[in-house]
Amino acid sequence: MLSSRNGRADSLTLRAHVLDPVSGLDGPAAVTVEEGVVTAVESVAAAPEGLLLAPAFVDPHVHLRVPGREDEETIASGTAAAAAGGYCAIVAMPNTDPVVDTAPVLQALVESAREEAVIPTGFTAAISKGQRGQELTEMAELARAGAIAFTDDGRPVASAGLMRRALAYSAVADRPLALHCEEPTLSQGGQMHEGEVAAALGLAGWPSVAESLMVERDLALAAYEGRPVHLQHLSARESVAAVRRARHAGVRVSAEASPHHLCATDELVRTLDANVKMNPPLRTEDDRRALVDGLLDGTIDCIATDHAPHARHEKDVPFEEAPFGVTGLETAFAALNTFLVRTREVPLATVLERLSAGPARALGLPVPAIAVGEPANLVLLDLGAEWTVREDGFRSRSANSWLLGRTLVGAVVKTVAAGRVVFAA
Amino acid sequence: MGDSRRHLLAVGDLAREDAERILDTARALERSLDREVKKLPTLRGRLVVNLFYESSTRTLSSFELAAKRLSADTMVLRAVGSSVDKGESLRDTALTLAAYDPDVIVIRHPHIGAPRLVAAATDARVVNAGDGKHQHPTQALLDLHTIRDALGRLEGVSVAIVGDVLHSRVARSLVEALVLVGAEPVLVAPPTLLPRGIEAIGAAVSHTVDVVADVDVVYVLRMQAERMEAAYVPSLREYTALYGITPDRVRPGQVVMHPGPMNRGVEIDARVADSGASLVTEQVRSGLVVRMAVLYDLLTAPGLHVAAVPELEVA
Repeated sequence: MLSSRNGRADSLTLRAHVLDPVSGLDGPAAVTVEEGVVTAVESVAAAPEGLLLAPAFVDPHVHLRVPGREDEETIASGTAAAAAGGYCAIVAMPNTDPVVDTAPVLQALVESAREEAVIPTGFTAAISKGQRGQELTEMAELARAGAIAFTDDGRPVASAGLMRRALAYSAVADRPLALHCEEPTLSQGGQMHEGEVAAALGLAGWPSVAESLMVERDLALAAYEGRPVHLQHLSARESVAAVRRARHAGVRVSAEASPHHLCATDELVRTLDANVKMNPPLRTEDDRRALVDGLLDGTIDCIATDHAPHARHEKDVPFEEAPFGVTGLETAFAALNTFLVRTREVPLATVLERLSAGPARALGLPVPAIAVGEPANLVLLDLGAEWTVREDGFRSRSANSWLLGRTLVGAVVKTVAAGRVVFAA
Repeated sequence: MGDSRRHLLAVGDLAREDAERILDTARALERSLDREVKKLPTLRGRLVVNLFYESSTRTLSSFELAAKRLSADTMVLRAVGSSVDKGESLRDTALTLAAYDPDVIVIRHPHIGAPRLVAAATDARVVNAGDGKHQHPTQALLDLHTIRDALGRLEGVSVAIVGDVLHSRVARSLVEALVLVGAEPVLVAPPTLLPRGIEAIGAAVSHTVDVVADVDVVYVLRMQAERMEAAYVPSLREYTALYGITPDRVRPGQVVMHPGPMNRGVEIDARVADSGASLVTEQVRSGLVVRMAVLYDLLTAPGLHVAAVPELEVA
């Protein structure tokens, strides 16, 4: 299901404080990798100051823009960016041009990934043909061709009837649905979170209830059909509460939050910088805290970047004319470390689990773990390193980061994905 | 950083003393309008460019005349029938204009933030002549000038702003300006035409027109027919019945204002519009002197209090 270009497996030894929420390791150790496989994990008396070794990250939500917008991102550039961000696997969204809604389009992507992908890469396919919300895609054939999940991300499924059929039929494909929850008649024309900041600026609101209402609908349908659902990029307090209730009631639900929704609020929109325009929008401090609480208690089990590259000329326009979306692969860990871990809002181990094992489990991918016999999927982090986010510092083809100009703490030193060193600072 | 240019992008750029200085300048300039020769040499040799992406006879002619009365050279660029129609970006249009070294660019644009982008892309001083539903600061200043002329004060004056607040840059700017000078705004509209959270900018809010009886100034906003399509109100008929400013809703001693253009018989009854209480013509006259004062202030007055434009990440 995951594809990447061929290459020789590496052998190396890394000495650091090892923190792996999956295997339970938490202490200084030397990890030996031989031909891509972990062959020894040995406790040592001391490790270099500030260096931390953890299972590499898995991003369930990336826009690689291929096919159609190769000027914004390619499989090669997007996976290089992911490697630099500490990722050992990513999953790409199907809202491309053309949409990934037939097996030949998906197969072409898988073949490209075998040529270009620096790290293992998976692809999703659309729920509806053309993401038009009318007819289902051939899910069984798409699943055989390698679809990790089905999603109409970017174009929410407006019809409850179609969503119900999609949930029922996804059993045939045996893949989860990943849902972008947005009630389009409530969010229509919305530019930012509906609230005090939008009122002051005169920007049309995209209200929280447009998300939470759709979350409630989709959870009710998932419960009715007895099918698992994965909810993408949650942003509102009410959505987190709905997921928590549904899970207690036995619904199989996993949920994402993005670094920007976990770290920032709609106050940033006062700058009118188009690089803080995303869908769903940044919300209030109250919503942000609810997301953090969800992350802490596991209601939110995945951190997903929703990496959305855009050409500079498309963002260098008045706010309302700019497209939604920000990049995130290369800044995710540093942002979370700076705004959540160092402020003691969230323990480092929780952030690491939600960046790696959480998303892997949610989408049925191999769970990265630091243990003898496991393939090496490792990220070496310098927790104290300070760096400033700069437009010319990205591997991604696009630089529409909400963090441009900010100084962050925490840097990726080395990434090992599927047994190969894919990034070294 | 190091940018000493001053702009008028939003009412929030102004400190109270800035607003008062501009209003005092406007009052001084007003006297020049009573002379036989109305032109002043103050801005001779300066270039003022009016860059208009929305049609606006009223605001455009006001800025044109204001610049001409101060002897500045003026140039009008309209979005219709220009390179803008050929897909040129705002940034490129601004850079093209910058080649003429304009001293001031006055911009009207349908989208919020366009004036800021022009300020970041050029060396000119920028005046926001209306950006989307965001701000229209010279309208707010001319309204303050009109109220001060009519009532002799601003501090403590109560102003009911009645109508489609949701889609109104005039309402937003005016509330901020009234709060700045110590006046007391109250917004009157059906809940569907009030943005959620608008109280945070400092206005009281009412859903019934009764509160109009208690204020000094009744400020009527334009109600557009297209608001029915998105179900903001069920009909103009019901809107007029509930919120229309009719003679029985105006008591003696109150003044009535409207930013224009008026929909007579919808938000304002013709009998009110043409009555002695109406300050609509005074607003137009105020517009001219206030815009003269703004141009004068940006190009000549020491700008210790007006905020420089914040750095925008446009690389």
